[in-house]
Amino acid sequence: MSDHESPKQSRRAPHELIAVRWRPKGVTVVGFAFVGLIAAWLLVNLVQTPTEFFQIAVVGLTNGSVYALVALGYTLVYGILQLINFAHGDVFALGGLLSATVILDLFDVSSASSPGTIALAIGGSLLIAVAFSSTLNTTVELVGYRRLRNAPRLAPLITAVGMSFILQNVGLYFWGPNYTSIDPLISGDPAFTIGGVEFQWDNLTMILITVPILLALTWLVTSTKQGKAMRATSQDMEAAAMMGINVNRTISFTFALAGGLAGAAGLIYVLQFTTIRFDQGFQLGLIAFTAAVLGGIGNLAGAVLGGVLIGFVEAFADGLSWLSPGANWTRAIVFGLLIAVLVFRPEGLLGERTPEGA
Amino acid sequence: MTSVFEPVRASWSRLPARVRQYGLATLVITLAALYPFYFDLLPGGVFPVVSIAVVMLIFVMMALGLNIVVGYAGLLDLGYVAFYAVGAYVAAWFASLHFDQVTFHFGSVGVQSDAPGIHISIWLVLIVAGIVTTVAGILIGLPTLRLRGDYLAIVTLGFGEIIPIFVLNSDEQGIGFDLTHGAFGINPIDSMGFGALSALGLPEVYRTSENRAELYFWTALGLVLFTVFCSVRLRDSRLGRAWIAIREDETAAAAMGVPLMRTKTWSYAIGAFFGGVAGCFYAVYKSGAFPSDFYFQFSVFLLCMVILGGMGSIWGVIAGAVILSWLDREGLAKIGSWIGDLSGQQVDVPKYAFGIYGAIIVTMMLLRPAGLIPERRHKIELEEGVHDTPFYDVQHEGTLTDRDPSDD
Repeated sequence: MSDHESPKQSRRAPHELIAVRWRPKGVTVVGFAFVGLIAAWLLVNLVQTPTEFFQIAVVGLTNGSVYALVALGYTLVYGILQLINFAHGDVFALGGLLSATVILDLFDVSSASSPGTIALAIGGSLLIAVAFSSTLNTTVELVGYRRLRNAPRLAPLITAVGMSFILQNVGLYFWGPNYTSIDPLISGDPAFTIGGVEFQWDNLTMILITVPILLALTWLVTSTKQGKAMRATSQDMEAAAMMGINVNRTISFTFALAGGLAGAAGLIYVLQFTTIRFDQGFQLGLIAFTAAVLGGIGNLAGAVLGGVLIGFVEAFADGLSWLSPGANWTRAIVFGLLIAVLVFRPEGLLGERTPEGA
Repeated sequence: MTSVFEPVRASWSRLPARVRQYGLATLVITLAALYPFYFDLLPGGVFPVVSIAVVMLIFVMMALGLNIVVGYAGLLDLGYVAFYAVGAYVAAWFASLHFDQVTFHFGSVGVQSDAPGIHISIWLVLIVAGIVTTVAGILIGLPTLRLRGDYLAIVTLGFGEIIPIFVLNSDEQGIGFDLTHGAFGINPIDSMGFGALSALGLPEVYRTSENRAELYFWTALGLVLFTVFCSVRLRDSRLGRAWIAIREDETAAAAMGVPLMRTKTWSYAIGAFFGGVAGCFYAVYKSGAFPSDFYFQFSVFLLCMVILGGMGSIWGVIAGAVILSWLDREGLAKIGSWIGDLSGQQVDVPKYAFGIYGAIIVTMMLLRPAGLIPERRHKIELEEGVHDTPFYDVQHEGTLTDRDPSDD
């Protein structure tokens, strides 16, 4: 999907020529100096406390896999509609809340249950959460965004913000204002240790669930007919329609796919952190959106890369000992990063330069 | 509906133009200014007391400021609360005991002359807050306004998130200097008042005055009138026409010679100015600035006022702000108790306040995107469309051949 803008480039080209580029050379130098400073900071930490450094990196990788799944949802939808689906984070939260309830009430497992039961419960709630979140996300598109497809661009964006609030309050209504908690189902015991760095079962499981999903998604988008339809629609809706692609259905499918990923991410989040609350989706959604932008919005590989990078950024900002800003500032750092990326490199790390970003 | 208002409308349109132009405005201003004298005579129990009406007026002012950014220039700002925060903390820094390292007094009222801290007359602080937030708006705007639509929304949202975190953590522990007093916030903030001018019959200090709420009410009304005046004059100015041109079609505006960056930055700066002044006044009224006030939902709450009333429409935004701030302050609780009385079942309506605002936003965007009281030009824009031709016609399921040729 990386080149979804190319056909529209010609249409928006006049703007590109007229808009004044405020991009002094000095800014680039500052940017590189900043990146260099961060690298130096990481290096000093690595040399001082190597074991701790890698231990934190493992945490970052696990959190990053959740961000990657959510970020993929943003990127899929942005790729096809050029819409930031603000409600996506809340779909994630509702998926997480539902899977917590399913684990608690339907399967009724606790950390004392046998591994087979736990595996069954996780598999079952994964299916339920994915099905629920896909349906939810498709419904949001059907009710909210479809009628606004030809409206000025701000209209669907504002609607997305409204949808996000509605979904949050749906969560508030059904799950209440408190945290929904489950037992830690997967033990935090180390599975194996490399050079003093422990790889714990719970971290490992998250990666074990995430990687197959990512592979399946890549296969779906690159090798199936439906994936081809998605790519075609994201490139040029009119041309895709003329080629006999049912554009509405393709968009619905994309939303279902994005919702499913959010549902899976919700379950993984609940398994890892064991608690979730109705309003956590929006924050996490923003962070995941940052990840998508960092990697290059519209670019699937970029979303995963961005997700993992943001996971690292958060973990390092939280955990490193030498000159660490501390957990209080982590969110500010992530949003600062978002602004910096949008200002200095709006196309992201892997994306192509598009007129939209500039 | 139309038929009921038709005779009124007909007789209204027979009036001379000058009366029509100023008559309605004068009537509304008079009614508003006299509100403290008659609100308790009004029936229905839905009219708020004066101290709540002050907050409503402050929200009206903020919504009008946001309207300049969102309604006039068409830039979606999801971080407007940042300007409120800046204004509030300017008040807290320049008119409180906070910086007790220094003792500086200038025209302050109601504080002892040897009290530590910076104490500047609130009238001046309001102006300072406006200037500081304008500068903040320009600083935020310069690098970000190059971005189009949705990216800009995200960047403003990012700033709206960063500033509360910054405010929350800027104490001794966080940055080594107690700039904002962390989660506790800064209070009390000095009161407004005319001090020595009380010889002219003006109140000396609002806070100790017995009709404190009324004094703040009239001051807030003055600020709102100032904002409305600026909004009207700006809308009809060269700058305002440039904003609307950008809103309608950025490319065409640029082709006609509108300098995009400068024009957008102005809208951002002026919008920020009113947000800052309103935020400063609100902090003075509440006598404190607390980081917990500056949450993202507040930005959306203000945006909801603008959308409900009608983007770009001054009357609409005032109406939207009055309705929503009333709902927020006491309406939802009242509706909750009415539902409770009718059904015998207790419903906590205010708990779902933001879900309701979200529903209002979605409903308005889907059913009446131009708002309750639409701006004429914006309505045309939404109905006939001045943006790109549709990518894909939803109604016709992609059969491009039977589209109306006039679309292209």
